[in-house]
Amino acid sequence: MASEELLIQYLPILLFMFIACAISVAMVFGSILVAKQKPDSEKNSAYECGFEAFTDARNKFDVRFYLVCLLFIIFDLEIAFLFPWAVSLKEIGMFGFWSMMSFLGILTVGFVYEWKKGALDWE
Amino acid sequence: MLELWTTYGIWTAMTLMYIGIIVGCVLTAVAYLTYAERKVMSAMQRRQGPMTVGPFGLLQPIADGIKLFSKETIIPSQANKIVFLLAPMLLFALALMAWAVIPFDKGWVLANINVGILYLVAISSMMVYGVIMAGWASNSQYAFLGALRSAAQMVSYEVSMGLIIVCVVLVTGSLNLQDIVEVHRPIWVQIMLLPMLVVFLISILAETNRAPFDLPEGESEITGGYMVEYSAMAFALFFLGEYSAMIMMSAMTTILFLGGWLPPFGIEALAFVPGIIWFALKTAGVLFFFIWSRATLPRFRYDQLMRLGWKIFLPLTLGWVVLVSGMLITFDALP
Repeated sequence: MASEELLIQYLPILLFMFIACAISVAMVFGSILVAKQKPDSEKNSAYECGFEAFTDARNKFDVRFYLVCLLFIIFDLEIAFLFPWAVSLKEIGMFGFWSMMSFLGILTVGFVYEWKKGALDWE
Repeated sequence: MLELWTTYGIWTAMTLMYIGIIVGCVLTAVAYLTYAERKVMSAMQRRQGPMTVGPFGLLQPIADGIKLFSKETIIPSQANKIVFLLAPMLLFALALMAWAVIPFDKGWVLANINVGILYLVAISSMMVYGVIMAGWASNSQYAFLGALRSAAQMVSYEVSMGLIIVCVVLVTGSLNLQDIVEVHRPIWVQIMLLPMLVVFLISILAETNRAPFDLPEGESEITGGYMVEYSAMAFALFFLGEYSAMIMMSAMTTILFLGGWLPPFGIEALAFVPGIIWFALKTAGVLFFFIWSRATLPRFRYDQLMRLGWKIFLPLTLGWVVLVSGMLITFDALP
């Protein structure tokens, strides 16, 4: 029963999701239906400041964006660990506190390494 | 069977009505936030701002909406058409969905879930998908670069935002948004959270791609970023989504730091004013900060933005988590 009640709490969110999706779909397709559509090849070409597009946009990009995402995954996982720890710190007491501190300490070593290697620099 | 139907039918109808009210209020607030932004910025630059449509230009947002609705939706021929149209819808739907858990007043919340703050963090993380989809599907250099910049910026500042939220959760001991507002915070704890409020305010500017962190849209270099290929209602949905996210982030600041619907500074004499008024006033105050910083601050350079996020905010907030938890456990002040 308890788990059912927990799920019932999420039902309004589900309804909200359907309504939000319906509104956004209605807005875009309503506009497409109502407004006059006159496509032509010049209008539909990719925008590049007045001249025709030089290259396709699907090409190489700077590896540092990839690096930032990797770093993000590491730290976001850490935050995912921190949430349950923060809620239950009173119950787990000093032992819980120091185990999380040692985890954060190891993570900080990694962070210092990244910093010294220059992974955080954009010149 | 009939009894079951009446119970659940009434419940569903009530929920749908509440959802309708929330969506209506949010959309009106978004429309008049764009008006307020233009008015406040024009006042700061000694201009009049919109004046022609209606008294004091009050009907301007409605006129803008009708104009955008009746324009042609241009879909570039090189674009991935399905993803191209899906991206603004996703962003807008997410920006609306976040409002399902926001408590406007004591007990005035659609879904009082016990992990409300995690839900908000999840929604604001999902918004990156809308941006990256838009930039990739447009198949245009500017849009692609803008989306990459935007995604990198949003994830960078999400890390410090997450750590700040952990600080608040340590103090309140709950992930439920109503509990976060109502848990009593001793005065020294509030002073300890004050620097985090400042960092949080700067992070939400970066998270919503607002000036001075509006590099993804930097008009003078990448001509509008990931939105460059969009027009008509697809563009309007990005716009509405961005402003709705701004209001959502302001409401989040109000709940986490400014005491939600409670009267300011705990003054009991002001408690006769309905809580929702305080909530709206506090949120509007944070929104004014958004507009104020847009009107006064020049845009950051991209390397400065990344340095601020990774080399200053991340160590600072991480250290603050350690400091707050250490202080709370030493003085036995955990909730």
